[in-house]
Amino acid sequence: MIETLTNIFVLRGILSGIILGFLGGYYGSFIVQRRMSFLGDGLAHVAFGGIALGLLLEKEPLWIALPFTILVAIALTFLKEKSELEIDTAIGIFFAISVALGILFISLNKHYISDAFSYLFGSILLVSEMNLLFSSFVTILTIILTPILWKRWTYTSFDRELAITDKINVSVDNYILSILIALTIVTSIKLVGIFLVASFLVIPSASAKLISKTFTQLTLFGIIFGVLSSIFGIFFSISLDVPTGSTIILTQALIFLFCLIIKNFNFKRKNSHNVQTR
Amino acid sequence: MRLNNKKAISVENLSVYFGDFCVLENLNFSVEQGDFVTVVGPNGGGKTTLIKTILGAIRPKMGNILIFGENPNKIDFRYLGYVPQLKNFDRTFPAKAIEIVATGLTGHWNFILNKATKKLSLEALEQVGVPHLANQQINRLSGGELQRVYLARALVRNPKILVLDEPITGVDIVGENDFGKVLEMQQKMHSLTVFMVTHDWEYAYHHSSYVILLNKRIFAFDIPKRAFTESALRNTFGHIGHEHSIQFIASKND
Repeated sequence: MIETLTNIFVLRGILSGIILGFLGGYYGSFIVQRRMSFLGDGLAHVAFGGIALGLLLEKEPLWIALPFTILVAIALTFLKEKSELEIDTAIGIFFAISVALGILFISLNKHYISDAFSYLFGSILLVSEMNLLFSSFVTILTIILTPILWKRWTYTSFDRELAITDKINVSVDNYILSILIALTIVTSIKLVGIFLVASFLVIPSASAKLISKTFTQLTLFGIIFGVLSSIFGIFFSISLDVPTGSTIILTQALIFLFCLIIKNFNFKRKNSHNVQTR
Repeated sequence: MRLNNKKAISVENLSVYFGDFCVLENLNFSVEQGDFVTVVGPNGGGKTTLIKTILGAIRPKMGNILIFGENPNKIDFRYLGYVPQLKNFDRTFPAKAIEIVATGLTGHWNFILNKATKKLSLEALEQVGVPHLANQQINRLSGGELQRVYLARALVRNPKILVLDEPITGVDIVGENDFGKVLEMQQKMHSLTVFMVTHDWEYAYHHSSYVILLNKRIFAFDIPKRAFTESALRNTFGHIGHEHSIQFIASKND
C-alpha cells in the first residue's frame, strides 16, 4: 500500500518535472535573451506572500498566489511599456512588501510552519493532482499559442523597433508573455521552491545560449535541458532525500558548466584552426 | 498602376510631441515616387522621429501623414523597407545573417526557413554583394557587413519606399563598393523611393534629388544645390560651428 502510494507520488512528481522543465526552458529563452530574470525573481517573491496567506487561511495556496502574481506581472509590464521608469525600484518594492506580508502570515500561522518550509525549498510531495492538472493546462495553452506568438516574441526580442515597424503589437504580446511567465512561476513553486524558481527559468536557457547558433536552437536546447534537469534532479532528490529544488538547480548548474566547457573547447579549436590557415 | 497617381509620402501640418515637448512642428512636404530624399539636421532635431512617424511607429499629435494616400498604420508592412540605426539591436542574439534577411520577407522571426524564403533571402544578399555572409553568425559581422545585411532585409520584400536611418555611407573596409554605391544602384534598378536620414552632407549633396533641412521645423526642402545654402544651414544648426563643412561642399561643387 505504502509502496504504491510512493510510486504515485514519484510518478506525479516526474511527470510534473517534465512539464515544468518544458515550460521553464521555453519561457526561459525569452527571459534570458531579454534580460528579464529580475521579473522571475520578483514574481516568485510576490507568489510567496500569496502562498503564505493561502496556508494561513487553509486554502489551496496556488489559487491565492495566482491572482496576486498575475496582477503584479501586469503592473510591472505596464510600467515597462509606459516608460523606462525605474522598473528595478518597482520590483524591489513589490518584492519587499510581499515577502514582509508572507513572513507576517507565516508567523500568524501556528500549525503549518513545516509546510511553509516545503514551499521555500520545493518538494515532490507537494505536487498534487490538481497542481499537475494546472501545469498541464499552462503547457497546453503554451503549445496552442506557440505557432502565433513564438515568431513575434522572438522578433521583438531581436529588435523591438523592427517588430513595431512590421506592425506587430509588441505591447499586447509582452503582456501575454508576462502573464504566462507568472503562471509558469506559480505552478513551478511546489516542485522547485520559491528560493530557486527564478533560476529554474534562467539556467537551462542560459546554458542553451552558450552553445546555440540560432534562436530556434536556443529554444529547443533550453527545453531539453529543462526537462533533463527536472528528471535527474527529482531522481537525486529521492535517492538522497533532500529538497527537489536544490537537486534540480544543481543539475542545471552541471549542465551549464558542461556547455561552458563545450563552448570554450569550440572557441579554442576554431582559433587554432584560424592560426593554421593563416 | 494605381500607385502612380499618388504621392509616395505626403505630410501635411504634421506635429509630433513627446508629452509636452514638441519634437516636430508643422511639417509640410511631399515626396514623389522615385525621389531620393535625404534629411539633414542637428542631433535632437527630430530626424529619427520623422522616420518613425513615416513607419507608423509614432503617432502624430496633429496633421496627416500618408503613404501612397494611406495611413502608415493601415498599409501592408511590405510597402516600407527600413534600415535602422545599427545601435539598437542586441548583438548577443543568436542568429545567422540569412535569418535577419528572412524577417524582411515574413514580418516575423522564422522557426525554420522554408525553401522559398531561403532562396529569396539569398538573392537579396547577393544583390547587396554579400552572399557569402548568409550563414555567418551576426555577432561576427562588422558594422559595414551588418548594414548590408539590413539593406538586404529591407530590399527582400520589394518595398515601394526605402527608409534609412543614418547609414554609414562612407567606404566599407570589407566590400569593394561602399554602402552608398550599393544603395544607389538598387534605387536605380528598382526605381525605389528613398528617404534617408544622414550626417554625411557630401553624400546628401551628390546623391539626393531633394534635401530636407530639419530642426524641429523644416528650414529647407529643395534640390541639394538650393537647400545647402549657408544661411539655411546656419538657421538649421543654429550656430556657426559647421562653417568648414559648408566650404568643403562648395569646393566639391567646383
